[in-house]
Amino acid sequence: MREFDYRRADDVTGAVALLGADPDARYLGGGTNLVDLMKTGVERPARLVDVRSLPLDRIEPAADGGLRIGATVTNSDLAAHPVVRERYPALTQAVLAGASGQLRNMATVGGNLLQRTRCGYFADVTKPCNKRAPGSGCPAVGGEHRNHAVLGASEHCVAVHPSDMGVALTAFDATVAYETTDGPGELPLADFYLPVGDTPHRETALPPGALITYVTLPPARLAARSRYRKVRERASYAFAIGSVAAALEVSDGVVCDARLAFGAVASRPWRARLAERVLTGAPATAEYFAAAADAELAAARPLPGNGYKVTLLRNLVVAVLSELAEEATR
Amino acid sequence: MTTATSRATTTGAVGTAHSRVEGRDKVTGAARYAGEIPFAGLAHGRLVLSTVARGRIVSVESGPVLDMPGVLAVLHHGNAPRLETGYVGMLGVPPDPTAAVFQDDRVPHAGWPVALVVAETSEQAREAAEALTVTYEREPHDIAFSAGRSDARPADGHMPASTEKGDLDAELAASAHVVDEEYVTPEEHHAMMEPHAATALWDGGRLEVVDSNQGTTWVADELVRMFSLDASAVRVRSDHVGGGFGSKGLRAHQVSAVMAATELRRPVRVVLTRRQMFSLTGYRSPTAQRVRLGAGPDGRLRALDHRSLNQTSTVWEFVEPAAGVGRTLYDAPAHRTENQVVRLNVPSPTWMRAPGEAPGSFAMEAALDELAERCGVDPIELRLRNEPELGPVSGLPFAGRNLAACFREGARRFGWASRDPRPGVRREGHLLLGTGTAAASFPAGAMPSTAAVTAEADGTFTVRISAADIGTGARTALALVAADALRVPAGRVRVHIGDSDFGPAMIAGGSMGTRSWAWAVTAAAGELRDRLVPGGTVPPEGITVRSDTTAAVGALAQKERHSYGAQFAEVAVDVATGEVRVRRMLGIFAAGRIVNPLTARSQLIGGMTWGISMALHEEAVRDSASGDLYGGDLASYHVASHADVPAVEADWVDDHDPDDPVGIKGIGEVGIVGAAAAVANAVWHATGVRHRRLPIRPDRVLEAGGPRV
Amino acid sequence: MTSSTSSTVTLNINGEKHTLSVDHRTTLLDALRERLDLTGTKKGCDQGQCGACTVLVDGRRTVSCLQLAVASGEREITTVEGVAEGDRLHPVQQAFLDLDGFQCGYCTPGQICSAIAVIEEHAAGWPSAVTEDVRPQAAPPPLTPEEIRERMSGNLCRCGAYVQIVQAVARAAGESRTETEESAA
Repeated sequence: MREFDYRRADDVTGAVALLGADPDARYLGGGTNLVDLMKTGVERPARLVDVRSLPLDRIEPAADGGLRIGATVTNSDLAAHPVVRERYPALTQAVLAGASGQLRNMATVGGNLLQRTRCGYFADVTKPCNKRAPGSGCPAVGGEHRNHAVLGASEHCVAVHPSDMGVALTAFDATVAYETTDGPGELPLADFYLPVGDTPHRETALPPGALITYVTLPPARLAARSRYRKVRERASYAFAIGSVAAALEVSDGVVCDARLAFGAVASRPWRARLAERVLTGAPATAEYFAAAADAELAAARPLPGNGYKVTLLRNLVVAVLSELAEEATR
Repeated sequence: MTTATSRATTTGAVGTAHSRVEGRDKVTGAARYAGEIPFAGLAHGRLVLSTVARGRIVSVESGPVLDMPGVLAVLHHGNAPRLETGYVGMLGVPPDPTAAVFQDDRVPHAGWPVALVVAETSEQAREAAEALTVTYEREPHDIAFSAGRSDARPADGHMPASTEKGDLDAELAASAHVVDEEYVTPEEHHAMMEPHAATALWDGGRLEVVDSNQGTTWVADELVRMFSLDASAVRVRSDHVGGGFGSKGLRAHQVSAVMAATELRRPVRVVLTRRQMFSLTGYRSPTAQRVRLGAGPDGRLRALDHRSLNQTSTVWEFVEPAAGVGRTLYDAPAHRTENQVVRLNVPSPTWMRAPGEAPGSFAMEAALDELAERCGVDPIELRLRNEPELGPVSGLPFAGRNLAACFREGARRFGWASRDPRPGVRREGHLLLGTGTAAASFPAGAMPSTAAVTAEADGTFTVRISAADIGTGARTALALVAADALRVPAGRVRVHIGDSDFGPAMIAGGSMGTRSWAWAVTAAAGELRDRLVPGGTVPPEGITVRSDTTAAVGALAQKERHSYGAQFAEVAVDVATGEVRVRRMLGIFAAGRIVNPLTARSQLIGGMTWGISMALHEEAVRDSASGDLYGGDLASYHVASHADVPAVEADWVDDHDPDDPVGIKGIGEVGIVGAAAAVANAVWHATGVRHRRLPIRPDRVLEAGGPRV
Repeated sequence: MTSSTSSTVTLNINGEKHTLSVDHRTTLLDALRERLDLTGTKKGCDQGQCGACTVLVDGRRTVSCLQLAVASGEREITTVEGVAEGDRLHPVQQAFLDLDGFQCGYCTPGQICSAIAVIEEHAAGWPSAVTEDVRPQAAPPPLTPEEIRERMSGNLCRCGAYVQIVQAVARAAGESRTETEESAA
């Protein structure tokens, strides 16, 4: 870890100004990912701008039923907030499924969206990685890729986004607000992450130097009955190998509305819009849930060592939607 | 219910639950581990490891790094002192060259130590180590471990490579039922919570090393030989040790710290990073095993054939003797076992909790479960029908073999009698349930040790022995043993351990520590008690009696001496997601006299927890392109977490070794033996699918398929 | 912009203020262990992957290995050295000692700090990943062994003392509940 300058920002304008256009500067939120990456040499910033003290630590329920979440709200506070638990239980479940109690106390909402992949090649500076060192190659394609992408990847990078929170936020059409020296901006989470293509090192559509300020959730009545289910290689304190965030509205045995997103299958939280389309208007039965999953997973291009993920996601979709449908008829 | 473990003694300290004597220090943070003892003028060393898996070091560009702030030295093969490595150490093996750092320019595996950077602060040392440019001449590497390699060779290690009796082909041909399967276990790492750490300094002409290890006289002896020093010139201390499991012997950190302390003439501390531990501190080799069992219609074995292959490095041979389990556990008219190794460009493996038995019992006990299925005999009954009278290979009598008692007691408490043997028929919602069992055994040995017991003038007693407490509760156990031998309350005995100046003693390893040390302590304490005249006075310097058990241990009759156990597990399998969860686990052991039931139970449960972890989670993955580990950290290398471990119960049956003065057998390793097999057998019982490759992860369960719920 | 690579920071640890100049790279963990001789907080992985370095920051459990010392000023930090009241062990410490909730002891300070926070988080009504119904109107889950296991999962123990740790946390939680009830009565 090289020496670095450290500044604490008191307000958003000041934070953005402190970072400026310096490509060697980074915002420091909870530090749970950045400090680790600095220790492993993946990140070597010359300056850290500490944004933990910014007045962005509030969760504001909107009158229309939506929610505005400050970027420095910790994972713990987000998960425990009564309105989140009431309106978006899958979001609480997703956050609680991630990391550990200690890390959730430190990690922030903004940082969660910007966390880097846990691909073992990315994290190891002695190995090639197109995401970390563009042009050096992707050893995962021909090497270890048990927990790599089956959707939306390219030959240049098959890493997955590790967020659980982001999967629920994606399912619920979140929007990301940010601030730059040129003023504020907004991005739907659906457009927030860039396609992998041949530029896996370019991960988000945020302008240079942008600071995430808020994540906004629009009202979604069906989100009040939503679920997040995560599968991992031990029962807790592990990244997902597959996860599903889902919400379902059923009337007279027919799906009237659905939200579905997948985790740990792509370079970003994966909104399953094809599946949602199949579900809407279909009978709320396991058969149609499976058909919806198949519609989404038809685009899957598994590698030799991660084909199980397609089966896993299909089974997860059926299981989670069946549970939601059963609840709806109770 | 705990069956009686205490024997008639005057004070009855042994056999009575006693919380750890250093427990208060450990729960308040007062207990200091090796990297936590302050030294004036301390410098910090950071190792630099190779990034290629095979080749030669062309250059180590020290210059720019030496100009960095705080940097004091860069040690590498071009400037390090020459070491003596042509010796056989206390444990009967030559030193692993991975520890004898910086002796030449060759790189035999990825993560090989190539330099040590020393600086004033740990931050400076880390940055300088990262900045050090080392160039290599890369050569092609071979890390492809698999069964059937043509360069595999039988190898002895700590036991003969091969044993053979009877006509295997004939007995297999005459068998009513035959199991012939391959079992694979992965590379596994000790992953103890405390990283290896050592501080070396010269003090008044003596080399002092404050270290975290499993045997201070062992490590001191290695340093004496390697640095060609007088035995009296080296002192190694190791007070509290944050776990060892076989990995904490002589490693690169102590040797490089000694080199740097010698060069700089100030205290130097070297602490391994978590990542470095994955290539520098040994590991359990993967194994590829083939088990062939042939039995009559009643399940009585006619043929047993167990062959195991493990990998070792190109610089040091370590045999993971997985095929050794059947040599004492099961007999058959035709009986053949063999351990083989293949040398690859990988780090040196080493002892890891129940070396041989842990992976070997997985294969053997899973194969027996398959045989039970084919014979239509209950798995416990199958084992009881195959209880040998004498050691199957040695022909020696057993010094107590209470395996059957373990199975009977365990079956009763686990509710085995009501078990439906059919697989894949118990459903609970979306889950499939199953139960499984397996046998456990581990050798019970003793090694010569010395101890000193002092009667102090104030009426208390002090025990000094270079034992190590790596979490076993050795300090507490030895206090209880000494108290009984002295016939005084345990509160009047204090125990000092972890100092090579106390004289030679067995290491904390091989499940032999407590037995070996207790023997020496009992001998010294017993003689001291005889010397103390009732009503007589003790001089201010006290009265000290020393013991050496070399002769007594050597005179021990040749017998098959083992601890035994019966493992039981219940699992729930979600076939939609591939998740396997252990719901409950019970282990009943026959492990000699239990010194401290409180800590003994913890140690046995700890071993069983390792079994869960081995069965379901642990696998270190090597990247074929680089030859290096993929994900050498605790987020990628999964050990069981709290959420993976249910209510695990351990208990024991009465068991006594009449030849041992304290009746101890050893409990450190038997808890893991058979545990993974019990879980794997339960997964079969739940799903009807045999998993012969560990760990049984969701990807493997999903790929194996099975009944839908 | 002028830049510097070290700063003076005042750390408030166990009620005591320590002013020191820190290299910005220094983590709270290293500041505790290497600068302040508070070695009760352990370094197991230095990457947030084991929980051995858990301390309480403003009452919340935190892995001190990922927290920079320079960013830790103006916060109340409690380490394992600061949880007992004089000679009287914290109920969690006492339960660990009595029920043998450790073997080698290296993960223990982190487990204890984590457990203290788990009991408080649960009392505050925080759900966990194994809480069946996370909605606020649902009854708060009892602190079952399953809830304790999930909430404690960020603290690895390689000796395998989980069974006894869970028993110790349950006992201490029961005591703290009794205390609360008594003081309420």
